[in-house]
Amino acid sequence: MRVMAQMGMVMNLDKCIGCHTCSVTCKQAWTNRAGTEYVWFNNVETRPGQGYPRRYEDQDKWRGGWDLNKRGKLVLKAGGRVKKMFGLFASPVQPELKDYYEPWTYDYKTLVDAPLGDDFPVARPKSLITGEDTKVTWSANWDDNLGGSAENGHLDPLVEKVRRESEDKIKFAYEQTFMFYLPRICEHCLNPSCMASCPSGAIYKRVEDGIVLVDQDKCRGWRQCVTGCPYKKIYFNHKTGKAEKCTFCYPRVEVGIPTVCSETCVGRLRYLGLFLYDADAVTAAASVTDPQELYDAQMDVLLDPNDPAVQAEARAQDIPEDWIDAAVRSPVYALAKVYKVALPLHPEYRTMPMVWYVPPLSPVVDLLRDQGHDGEDHGNLFGAIDALRIPVEYLAELFTAGDADRVTAVLKKLAAMRSFMRGISMGNDPDESIAEAVGMDGQTMYEMYRLMAIAKYDERYVIPKAHVEQAHDLEEMGCSLDFDGGPGMQDSSPFGEASGRPVPVAVDTFNALRDRQTSDEVSAGTSLKGRVNLLNWDGRGAPPGLFPDKGPEPGTLAAAEDQP
Amino acid sequence: MVTLETEPGVAVELSALDIVLWGVLPYVMVVVLVGGLVWRYKYDQFGWTTRSSQLYESKLLRVASPLFHFGLLAVIAGHFFGLVIPMSWTEAVGMSQDFYHFNALFVGGIAGIGTLGGIILLIYRRRTTGPVFMATTKNDKTMYVVLTAAIVFGLWTTLASVFEGEHGHNYRETVAPWFRSLFIFQPDIAAMAAAPFSFHLHTLVGMALFIIWPFTRLVHAFTAPFHYLFRPYIVYRSRDRDGGRAGGRAGTRPGGRAGSRSGASAVHNANAPAGKRGWSAVGTEDRDTRNR
Repeated sequence: MRVMAQMGMVMNLDKCIGCHTCSVTCKQAWTNRAGTEYVWFNNVETRPGQGYPRRYEDQDKWRGGWDLNKRGKLVLKAGGRVKKMFGLFASPVQPELKDYYEPWTYDYKTLVDAPLGDDFPVARPKSLITGEDTKVTWSANWDDNLGGSAENGHLDPLVEKVRRESEDKIKFAYEQTFMFYLPRICEHCLNPSCMASCPSGAIYKRVEDGIVLVDQDKCRGWRQCVTGCPYKKIYFNHKTGKAEKCTFCYPRVEVGIPTVCSETCVGRLRYLGLFLYDADAVTAAASVTDPQELYDAQMDVLLDPNDPAVQAEARAQDIPEDWIDAAVRSPVYALAKVYKVALPLHPEYRTMPMVWYVPPLSPVVDLLRDQGHDGEDHGNLFGAIDALRIPVEYLAELFTAGDADRVTAVLKKLAAMRSFMRGISMGNDPDESIAEAVGMDGQTMYEMYRLMAIAKYDERYVIPKAHVEQAHDLEEMGCSLDFDGGPGMQDSSPFGEASGRPVPVAVDTFNALRDRQTSDEVSAGTSLKGRVNLLNWDGRGAPPGLFPDKGPEPGTLAAAEDQP
Repeated sequence: MVTLETEPGVAVELSALDIVLWGVLPYVMVVVLVGGLVWRYKYDQFGWTTRSSQLYESKLLRVASPLFHFGLLAVIAGHFFGLVIPMSWTEAVGMSQDFYHFNALFVGGIAGIGTLGGIILLIYRRRTTGPVFMATTKNDKTMYVVLTAAIVFGLWTTLASVFEGEHGHNYRETVAPWFRSLFIFQPDIAAMAAAPFSFHLHTLVGMALFIIWPFTRLVHAFTAPFHYLFRPYIVYRSRDRDGGRAGGRAGTRPGGRAGSRSGASAVHNANAPAGKRGWSAVGTEDRDTRNR
């Protein structure tokens, strides 16, 4: 047994209102720069829907993740090492920009610059790739709230599958009743197929916290990882020619604060914490023959942090005491393994994803309410969960490789909790029979309710800090996603966009903060080197470099007008 | 003017230009190539990439890029065969000059035409696909000119010998000995000077290509990921726990062994000399190790 720690996330889908705040703040923090216009480390999909990039779950086409070969051994679905080497010159199944979308902006300047005329000036959409006029035809959330699902709904690979397996008679009922949001980030898998696909060995998993990162210095742009990741959460930066991905906001997590997407989530639906897992058992678990047993296998890989034997082994592996303590208090472990209400996304890809989801009960409750039933009554709910085959089967395709029973069990737990807690709020005695009906007891159910409904900041985010004695190593660990023209990035050089040596994020931020704290000036621009963005601007005044140079008279007012 | 006797009775007059071009320039080229590569590898890891444009356009690339690259690999193999292996060796194994010539023409011609077709398609794609053209730097354009010229002139030397037939120039008596003599630092300038103009041109453009190589996107060729064939699938990177022994590497191969990692060693000691960190079975050391 080799105990390792893994940062994980759980998202409670019942609470997601699809506001995209996580996506927007993530983009602002990480991918708001040239080359990553189309990149969303975090995106929110409306399901049923095609997802982003379009139909990424169709692995017959995109060949992501792992497969078992005839001898039952784990192999990359897109082919092994030799085949990948032959695919270096043109990656055989790489999504193109049209599978994502052509990013665009609007020509706002015309609105103020247009000469006097009969026509009212309009801000035309301009492609961020070519700079030419463009027609906006798709985006990262084009089918938001089932938009266009009458035309495109059938293109969801899961819909296709569920329809094939069910009868066509229910398809209309299903389309009318059922919608939820699915926020997605990188899964930071235990058995990542992107990493296995990388010819350069640039993608790595941090031993300390399991965060999967791309070493920007080692990446040579062979782009096999894009194919390898079944979730299509590795993106190719077309300016730098390097792969980029969700970083689990490692500079934040290292100092004990939650990721940007979690921090800014309006519904407070995200939980962050540690898993302890047995690294030696991962490959065997991912090689289980029956895809529907992968969930159980993944559960077995997760170790009980309360187990003294596990703790002893963790100590032997140099996992610090406060990390073991954090694992004991981990909300993600509780939701995934103690209460068993959080499920992994597409376990059948065999990557052992570490971002988990509590499936939504709301489609069922909404339907009951719309039909005039009591949507809080556990009898009604249990009956409805059993009767509503289609939403359950759809959820099963997402979370349990098609095992509807498992999803039903989770939904019943959520229904029971709802019913159980209503009884208590109404002033009745706790109805133990409700809890027992789903194999729990009243006390556990109450604890689960506390964690899922009213857990405060420090209960939702249990993030042990990286150790001070290790901080020096962490800051230079080699994954610096820098900004084009931003911190640590040199100007365009003769070797192509953004070549040169990037300064680690933490170092640049540290210098900027220190300058700000020790200076009496309105803005201490020394460490910003003339490059100011929303991350390192402290809001005080307008330091040089805040606005682009504007001709011979770089007046603040003139420059400000330039901003849309 | 220097007069040398290469063969008894045959005196070849070497001009200063010959000496510069075939005696000095090759070494300058090697110095720039190696020095440039080392310098760039050290200081521009972030810029060291293929700068793939497949995201913009895939259809043409899927034909043109393998055609060009595989053609080029065949061309490189042909150069090795023609330049490095002496004529006496092939004759010793019973390969007649005609047979060699036919092979060189046939295989070399196909490889050359494939490479040229590939690069023409690639350039066409680069020029006509809007986003790809926009992503093309001046550096790229210069590189394309030199690269295409090298291929065209090289193909010319090959095809010219088709029309010249038996009377074609046998480069294995001029260029090849010169090439081999460079490695023992006794350049056979006279042999090279005796080669026809087309070979001179091809060689010069080739040297120009190698001189600009480290400063263009071509550098990606020098990091061809052969180590991928041997490394573990799953890569862990760690802080320096192992005192620089195993480099904190723990790898698992699906269905295979799990790399062992000593966990018994003490906690990180800040005073200890920086050991090797990170995955380092094959390939390059981590940037952070180098920085200390």
